[in-house]
Amino acid sequence: MLQARNVSRIFENGTGLADASFDIKKGEIIGIIGKSGCGKSTLLRCIAGLDTEFEGELLIEDQPIRGPHPQIGVVFQEPRLMPWLTVLENVAFGLTGKETENLELARTYLRHVGLAHAENLYVRQLSGGMAQRVAIARALAAQPGLLLMDEPFSALDAFTKMQLQDLVLEIWERQPLTVVMVTHDIDEALYLCDRIVLLSGKPGSVDTIFEVDVERPRGRSNIALTKKKAEILNKLQLEKVIVDPAV
Amino acid sequence: MESKQAVQIAEAKAVPLKRKRASGSSDTLLIFLLPAAILVVWQLITGLKLIPSYQLPSPLDVVGTLFQFLLDGSLLSNLSVTTGRVFCGILAGTTAALLLGSAVGVYRKAEKTFDPVIQALKSIPGLAWVPLFILWMGIGELSKVTLIATGVFFPVYLNIVSGILNVDRKLIEVGKIYQFSRMKMVKKIIFPATLPFFFTGLRSGVGIGWMFVVASELMGASQGLGYLLVIGQNSSSPNIIIASIVMFALMGKLSDMLIKAIEKRALKWRDDSAIGG
Repeated sequence: MLQARNVSRIFENGTGLADASFDIKKGEIIGIIGKSGCGKSTLLRCIAGLDTEFEGELLIEDQPIRGPHPQIGVVFQEPRLMPWLTVLENVAFGLTGKETENLELARTYLRHVGLAHAENLYVRQLSGGMAQRVAIARALAAQPGLLLMDEPFSALDAFTKMQLQDLVLEIWERQPLTVVMVTHDIDEALYLCDRIVLLSGKPGSVDTIFEVDVERPRGRSNIALTKKKAEILNKLQLEKVIVDPAV
Repeated sequence: MESKQAVQIAEAKAVPLKRKRASGSSDTLLIFLLPAAILVVWQLITGLKLIPSYQLPSPLDVVGTLFQFLLDGSLLSNLSVTTGRVFCGILAGTTAALLLGSAVGVYRKAEKTFDPVIQALKSIPGLAWVPLFILWMGIGELSKVTLIATGVFFPVYLNIVSGILNVDRKLIEVGKIYQFSRMKMVKKIIFPATLPFFFTGLRSGVGIGWMFVVASELMGASQGLGYLLVIGQNSSSPNIIIASIVMFALMGKLSDMLIKAIEKRALKWRDDSAIGG
């Protein structure tokens, strides 16, 4: 689905991404974790085609990425809905078909995120969790093969967050979808992902790729996941010990 | 212990509510208090002839004058002439501001070409144009409408440009994800995002329009509310002047209310009470 070959995008202040290479298979859920400034979001912006100034190569289904791609949908950290549109119109926002077909499609995806009843509301009438559901529906309505999510639930309370994580899994089981999710919540990554890419350093590079081979549905306090978490934390910790004396 | 706390909290919540309700009705009273007092004092002063009526007529005189103008038809004809001028000026000024503002906001080259000049012209007081416009266009309708249009142009233009420049980059990125063309970006994101700014500009533009129509009618007119002002001055009839001022105030308020109503409809997504279903 997606190949990254030596992707680098380094900013003047030294943050960004250095020499990242990995492959993502169709249907996988990939988590990208790492400390702030290690280039998680940069990587996602490069894949999304919003930042085209990177070096190296990004391929989606063997085509190089040079800008936004119809196969790629994005859910941002903030919902980024158009406040002047209703929920339904927001979901249909990027669609290119006929008006009535677009609205029909938008209704379908609103149902999928459990907001069929809210289609006539305006953005300011939505809670944070509802708004992010609408954003997910909008991204899905364009029927992307690859869904990028940039810390999509970090602004939500713990319960809403868990609900939306389950929603992502539900949707992922319903339709063929590859997901790349940037997060700084290790539990979230472990609950959702097949593999977790740990970026480290400044600029960040791929440190370790953890396989999470636990059957879904996963319990949130699954023993295997807890062990994995210890492993990841250990890795993050080690990095800290090495970095600190230099600072 | 716990339940006592709960009661206290409930009371704490209830108090501001009560206070708000009480202040609501006394606010309405307060709004009418001063105007009523002014009217009463005004009527008293003029009724007791403390100020001669050739300098300050009584409120009843003013109402009488207005009523007389209404009956002989001069109120309506002067009013419609003035309103027509304001309307044409607003239309012309707003159209120019829309065209230039959109071009400057969307195209960098247009910004570089026009914006510095417009920013420089902005600092010229609008009424300083009066002699030049009269010289160029005489004292007919054209110079009047041009003057009003000039006054309306700047607030509308400045608000449109700052509205476009303030469009959330994050929303633009959403458009980019969907590979919007520049036209589509303008239509689906920039235009609706700028609309609130446009209305802010339009409302102050309309205020300036009414101000400038007075100036343009004072400088020479044979009809209009401003012409009534001149008549009143020349014939030492303060009742005509004040009647005209009252009409200006009414029309200014009315046009502002009209635009507010249109704004409310166009921007109903910002309205708290707009609950869809």
